[in-house]
Amino acid sequence: MDQQNSSARFINIGERTNVTGSARFKKLVMADDYAAAVEVARQQVENGAQVIDVNMDEGLLDAVHAMTTFLKLIAAEPDIARVPVMIDSSKFEVIEAGLKCVSGKPIVNSISMKEGEEPFLEHARKCMAYGAAVVVMAFDEVGQADTKERKVEICKRAYDLLVAEGFPPEDIIFDPNIFAVATGIEEHNRYGLDFLEAVREIKQQCPHAKTSGGLSNLSFSFRGNETVRRAMHSVFLYHAIPAGLDMAIVNAGQLDVYDQIDPELREACEDVILMRRDDATERLIDLAESYKGKSVADEKAAEEWRGWEVRKRLEHALVKGIDAHIVDDTEEMRSATADNGGRPIEVIEGPLMDGMNVVGDLFGSGKMFLPQVVKSARVMKKAVAHLIPFIEAEKDLLPEAERKAKGKVIMATVKGDVHDIGKNIVGVVLQCNGYDVIDLGVMVPWPKILEAANENNADMIGLSGLITPSLDEMVTVAEEMQRSEMTMPLLIGGATTSKVHTALKIDTNYEGPVIHVLDASRAVGVASKLLSDTQRDEFVGETASEYEKVRQARAGKTPSVLLSLEDARANYYDAYLSDKPAPPLKPGVHVFDDWDLADLREYIDWTPFFRAWELHGNYPAILTDEVVGETASQLFDDANEMLDKIVSEKWLTARGVAGFWPCARDGDDVTIHRVNREEHVVLPFLRQQVKKSRDRANMCLADFIDPDGDWIGGFAVGIHGIEPHIARFQEDKDDYSDILLKALADRFAEAFAERLHLHTRTDLWGYAPGEQLTNQAIIKEEYRGIRPAPGYPACPDHSLKPILFELLEAEKNVGLTLTESFAMWPTAAVSGFYFGHPESQYFGVARIGRDQLEDYAKRRGIDLATAERWLRPNLD
Amino acid sequence: MSARESLQAAAAERVLIFDGAFGTQIQNRKLTEEDYAGDLGLKADQKGNNDILALTRPDVIEDITRAYLDSGSDVISTNTFSANRISQADYAAEDQVAAINIASGKIARSLADEYAAKDGKPRFVAGAIGPTNKTLSLSPDVEDPGYREIDFDELTAVYKEQAAALIEGGCDFILIETVFDTLNAKAGIMAVKQLESDLGRDIPVMISMTLTDLSGRNLSGHTVEAFWYAVRHANPVTIGLNCSFGADQLRPHVQSLSSIADTLLMAYPNAGLPNELGEYDEMPETTAGLVGQWAQNGQANILGGCCGSSPAHIKAIADAVEGLPPRAVPEPSAMMRLAGLEPFVVAA
Repeated sequence: MDQQNSSARFINIGERTNVTGSARFKKLVMADDYAAAVEVARQQVENGAQVIDVNMDEGLLDAVHAMTTFLKLIAAEPDIARVPVMIDSSKFEVIEAGLKCVSGKPIVNSISMKEGEEPFLEHARKCMAYGAAVVVMAFDEVGQADTKERKVEICKRAYDLLVAEGFPPEDIIFDPNIFAVATGIEEHNRYGLDFLEAVREIKQQCPHAKTSGGLSNLSFSFRGNETVRRAMHSVFLYHAIPAGLDMAIVNAGQLDVYDQIDPELREACEDVILMRRDDATERLIDLAESYKGKSVADEKAAEEWRGWEVRKRLEHALVKGIDAHIVDDTEEMRSATADNGGRPIEVIEGPLMDGMNVVGDLFGSGKMFLPQVVKSARVMKKAVAHLIPFIEAEKDLLPEAERKAKGKVIMATVKGDVHDIGKNIVGVVLQCNGYDVIDLGVMVPWPKILEAANENNADMIGLSGLITPSLDEMVTVAEEMQRSEMTMPLLIGGATTSKVHTALKIDTNYEGPVIHVLDASRAVGVASKLLSDTQRDEFVGETASEYEKVRQARAGKTPSVLLSLEDARANYYDAYLSDKPAPPLKPGVHVFDDWDLADLREYIDWTPFFRAWELHGNYPAILTDEVVGETASQLFDDANEMLDKIVSEKWLTARGVAGFWPCARDGDDVTIHRVNREEHVVLPFLRQQVKKSRDRANMCLADFIDPDGDWIGGFAVGIHGIEPHIARFQEDKDDYSDILLKALADRFAEAFAERLHLHTRTDLWGYAPGEQLTNQAIIKEEYRGIRPAPGYPACPDHSLKPILFELLEAEKNVGLTLTESFAMWPTAAVSGFYFGHPESQYFGVARIGRDQLEDYAKRRGIDLATAERWLRPNLD
Repeated sequence: MSARESLQAAAAERVLIFDGAFGTQIQNRKLTEEDYAGDLGLKADQKGNNDILALTRPDVIEDITRAYLDSGSDVISTNTFSANRISQADYAAEDQVAAINIASGKIARSLADEYAAKDGKPRFVAGAIGPTNKTLSLSPDVEDPGYREIDFDELTAVYKEQAAALIEGGCDFILIETVFDTLNAKAGIMAVKQLESDLGRDIPVMISMTLTDLSGRNLSGHTVEAFWYAVRHANPVTIGLNCSFGADQLRPHVQSLSSIADTLLMAYPNAGLPNELGEYDEMPETTAGLVGQWAQNGQANILGGCCGSSPAHIKAIADAVEGLPPRAVPEPSAMMRLAGLEPFVVAA
């Protein structure tokens, strides 16, 4: 597993409520100041501790009393008690007293074989009876394990004993002892490396068990030198997490980002921990001198902004996307405004819009990225939501015409299409920049778009769509706008749209300005120019002449030479048919009602995910990209955090179906013969007609099928259950999470398609039973066989989907339906055919001639006009 | 086959039916102080001590239990919600605890056996243990949030006394029900575990949580998921929800529990919400329609009623779910599932 992916699941256990780890906490408990001690716990949780460690092992304390008092007190604080507790003591009586006060399912830290097997098992049985997970120290009758071999041996022995006793293996956490390194004692030099290697081995030998460690020991010899200690801890975790460390007791606020550690110090720490040089210790000690006494002022700076003047705080919260205090700050601003005789709307028009303008400027100049902007928008929405009741109570809302929005934009995903991630992103960006956005949603028929534009006196219309038939629908909208003599600008966006299509097909049907908007970051620039008194005409004129040039270039360009259909067929791809795959091991249709999301998660291809957020670059390199790396990492963390919830709380259900049928090639058709069914199903495919250079073939998917009998497969997968969560996010005005979840659902659908294809190759069809590929190799499609989808280049006719759906009974089996433009619902869905021939490959059909269009219409049993509509993107 | 196995076997065949409320049925009979007190000679008034009727008017309890069996109950419970030392103290009847539970267990046992013998369908007896009116997680004193009226060991002993008597009376399962405080339930689990070790055999528990607010938490603040993770170590034969509000409001929480609980799911909500007079007036068909929906969605294995429900409600539920396939128990992958007030799952 790679670095980034595993760290997202790493668990921080807060250590500040530990008398041995925090001098301040110890002082408070010793002084009986439990109220302040409880606040320490609260801060821990606020700072992101996912579990809090409570330890009262101090010679001068009655540890049982202190433990139970403290646990009872935090039980009364829902903000703290929401996370699990780790009851930490070296005395089991303290642990048991603690177990009697904890109502959830805690972790016991720790038990060990220090006093032999029987006491160890006795303690384990008690933990089971109270319902607790348990940390097992690598400690036996001989002592604490220091070498890798001892660590592994002791843990394995403990594991076997516990499992034999009925202890759930997933509730066992091993702590193989982190010891201090760079102490000057030679034997200690191996301690870091031994731990890392032991963790890797233990995870392998003890299925489902977890590992943990107390990090602060590691840097014990650098007490007082906070910078070096932080660096050592960060570097250690950087290597320990991929080795399999699941959690650590750590002060989450005191870790540095690995990449941001001074490279010299980082290297020195790495040398020590990984024992890369003999003089590593000396070098780190020398280097450490130069960091001595440097304070940890940064931490304080982080909270400093709370002391600023309220306008600055609002701006800061908007720019940083922090929603924690936004309602309070907004309220403070509102009441201050009211005290000065101002109106609540002024809070929006003044400080909040000022803040959003800063966001807009930063975004426009490339210093902020889309995920951050969406977070800012979330903060803005929460602030506005707080103000709305006040504004309404005032009952003197400004008349509509005088509202100060920069402009009003109607947005819609066109009829037949259900994809809205891109549209929502553009909507958010426009709103952030002070535009009033009226979002009509998805599958919006043209009359509704026109009506909304007229009723709301809109300044422009933005259309979005993802699938190719949507391009046609956009043309229809443009034609209808022309028919009703509208003049407002029409903005075109979405994955399949292009400047060329806009220039050729849409612009020519509407006399008003038509602008293709390449991505969300251009939306504000385009909108503001269109609404500017001074720039509008110039911009509209420039765009129009640009599109004219595109059209001329297109007209002047000698189109690629097309072969006649007959010649193209003669130049078919001659696959070596004896290599065709054996019949499937499991023919027929296989339904999967609820594929494990945790499994699918492993197959996620992240690069397109970042692309959806307009962050360009390949995963994982994008996480460390100089420009977008920080944003990408933050987004990636947020995505993984949501994935954790999606998986553990089962937000979504992955339903899929795969089927395999005997078939034969018949010209460019593949004819499927179903068992016990008289009528055959014909799948007509399209053939490349563009004249090829040298000896390359004019391919058609049918070429991969044997005329004398073969097999073909099909699949459809869909991700269900997103709606209540989307509703919840929308309720919360949380566009960020809304878009994030939709993007993740799409990734799950793609991952499922990939996973099901793997299952097909290795099991259902089974032509590659021994296939062993990494996820990276799978993403690069280094496997045998293809799974082309209707509507994509090799098989561009979306209208094959109903045929495929019928074969698979996809509606019944997977709950997938099709819109009139053949978009799938739910949106996060993938369907396609399986070809198993080793030579089968992806290609693009590209442009086809009239002869093939007519032939196809006949084969498909449809009239020419319909065929023309369906295949328009492939025609001239 | 052990009781655990035969319940599981029956539940794999069809949706099973639990019983309904005792309280409402007893109230309707307008019993007098004499009825309640009998000749036990206790020092306090007994009127309202429903559980003691097992000793003083066993015919009433038998009658009600019979009505539920006639309505189609596969699992019947003992009328022992308050038959513990803490609650009985209100009636100065602490020394009757063992007798009440044994007698109640025997009534239910003999009726269950009688009905099973009649038609060959197995009937099960759940020995009901209420939460008591003390709570281990909360302080009754707002000034002192660390104060507790009772501690874990005391409550465990109270539960153990009751559970031992119920088992002696012939119960198949111990039903730890109406759990408003998760830690109380954990003490109940500990009591049964101790009893198991005393008797040297498996005593299956049924655990049923009650929600106190619509967001789906109980009084101690646990979400349904967190609750399940906190009690899963009991290896309960059923987990579920009861009382709370009506079925309508309980629906999302049954759904979320159903998707994660790898054991049988038993739900028995109130017959709607009480009206202005504190009476439950939801019609049997209405309740049956709502809980029947859960069965239709494959979200429940055992259905019954709580406050306000009557034999008519149980009959309507039995009719509504007849022939429906039971919920399939999911098999979640092995993951560390911890809980504070909220669940925390450590990804594998």
